[in-house]
Amino acid sequence: MMASANSADQVFVTLKDVIVAQVPAPFQTLVSILISVAMIIVVFAALFALTTVFERKGLGRIQNRYGPNRVGPWGVMQPLADALKSLTKEDIVPKRADRLVHYLAPLVLVGVVFLSYAVLPVGRNMTAVDLDTGVLYFFAVGAATELAVFMAGWSSHNKYSLLGAMRAIAQMISYEIPLILSSVPVIMMAGTLSLVTIVEQQNRYTAGIAHWNVFTPWGLAGFILFMIAATAETNRSPFDLPEGESEIIAGYFIEYSGFKFALFFLAEYLEMFAVSGLGITLFLGGWSSPVSLLAWIPSWLWFFGKLLALIFAFIWVRGTLPRLRMDQLMNFAWKFMLPMTLIVILSAGVWRFLSPGVVGPKPLGGVIRWLVCALVILAPYILLARMLERGRKIEKRTYRFAE
Amino acid sequence: MLGEGIIQGLVETARNFFGSYTEKNRLVTVQYPEERHELPEASRNFPFLLYDGKDPEAGLRCVACQICEKECPPRCIHIEKSKDKKPDFVGKQQAYPAVFDIDVSVCMSCQICVEVCPFDAIRMDKVYELSTDDRFGGLLYTKKELAKPNEYYQKIHPVEAAETDGRRVKEAEEAKAKAAAAEAAAKAKAASAASAAASGPQPVVSDAIAKEKQS
Repeated sequence: MMASANSADQVFVTLKDVIVAQVPAPFQTLVSILISVAMIIVVFAALFALTTVFERKGLGRIQNRYGPNRVGPWGVMQPLADALKSLTKEDIVPKRADRLVHYLAPLVLVGVVFLSYAVLPVGRNMTAVDLDTGVLYFFAVGAATELAVFMAGWSSHNKYSLLGAMRAIAQMISYEIPLILSSVPVIMMAGTLSLVTIVEQQNRYTAGIAHWNVFTPWGLAGFILFMIAATAETNRSPFDLPEGESEIIAGYFIEYSGFKFALFFLAEYLEMFAVSGLGITLFLGGWSSPVSLLAWIPSWLWFFGKLLALIFAFIWVRGTLPRLRMDQLMNFAWKFMLPMTLIVILSAGVWRFLSPGVVGPKPLGGVIRWLVCALVILAPYILLARMLERGRKIEKRTYRFAE
Repeated sequence: MLGEGIIQGLVETARNFFGSYTEKNRLVTVQYPEERHELPEASRNFPFLLYDGKDPEAGLRCVACQICEKECPPRCIHIEKSKDKKPDFVGKQQAYPAVFDIDVSVCMSCQICVEVCPFDAIRMDKVYELSTDDRFGGLLYTKKELAKPNEYYQKIHPVEAAETDGRRVKEAEEAKAKAAAAEAAAKAKAASAASAAASGPQPVVSDAIAKEKQS
């Protein structure tokens, strides 16, 4: 690594060290923590603002519209207008609501979502807390969002919000299993639960190409399954049943208005960023570059570049797929996602077993290893797909009264 | 194969996304204050009053016959007839509206006033940006605001205007011819009367007779 590149890479770390060195020794730890927390809140809240306008513009373009383009050049100031609007709106609490829980729900949700950022390595040496059990912590904190969602749904004293909350609970618990199971192969191969170590293990290069998990068959399949489960976990389209506008109006946050509604909105996006960040860390090499040639680009730039790419993928999927039905959602989780994640774990085991000592020296042996492991995933996938599609006739729908 | 349709859908939306930047005809939105649609010629919303020539007071076609006022279903027209008279386009003495108000907040754009007007004095306009912060005075249009030149009518409704103008020219010619014929007839009568009487002063002013016959 070159010295000049290193200084650009570590610019925020050095800056923080300089600031921390200014305060008296007893307060240095506290100040260090506060700076990390403040940076996480500011950076990801700004990313949220940016994403809302990107999403609206992207969806617009997908639907051959312009999207917001009135506030500022190309509509980039739109989040500011939205923030002002949500801040000045009336904050309505239903008469028969459980006022305390109703008040706490958005705060708990946002707080819990921000907690999960503590273990995300957003750059080299840029992790707020390097926990040995980082992955476990992330999933534990992520599961707490369900509590906040149910608090919101229950306390609103509204049948739609309760329905939405129950849908959310059912969906989030169902998809938590494939989400965790799809990250198990990475943990198995890395032999650690620390996210920082997982990234460092992927930041190695053979013939100039990084050892990202996504470049292996189990990593690729695991990444796709992880992102599907993450989409469901964060209630994004096409799994946005808890807030299905056409059925239950807005789901669990139906009775929220003004800034509390904005907090729910914020939490939803922050959850998406967090789980995307985890996907990047586990499969896409975290802050490392894919080829050693591009390793001079600062690590935090790599992380946020990958994060933006995943956000665009989320927007793209949202603009493409219609909302699922509840039974389709559950069938998909238990009949497809769960068996596929188990098969990916099996494939990771096969990968481990077919070490260069078994399949022979590097170039040919590597190809054989790759193909065998891909087959271990692909064959069950095809069989499973056939099984799921059996007896289902897809034909052109005819309408009795329309047309 | 499972997932094939999703890939196809993603390709389609990606094509839309990138296509919207390269192909202008994909974006059908008209960005209103900057761009606006060319309105079709048949479009119409609120009535206005036509005048000929330069002066809206002198050239106003309306003769305050009050047919439109009586026909208007929501009764949005208010006319007060003048006491004096002025000549119209064929030279006939006609009254004119001292007050002509249309309340566009009441008008229902039925065009009945246009259909009943025997003087081609009221026509439908195309303007649609009439919003105002004064919902009483701002939406009550007086004669001054309603009067628009014939050139404006020719611009917004060229086909209709050509038909109206042609008819009016013909009417004016006919009226002139009739007046000339009446004058000639009166002259002939006067001549015959003069030859019959062969004496005495000319008793009648031919113009006065012609005018009497017309009315």
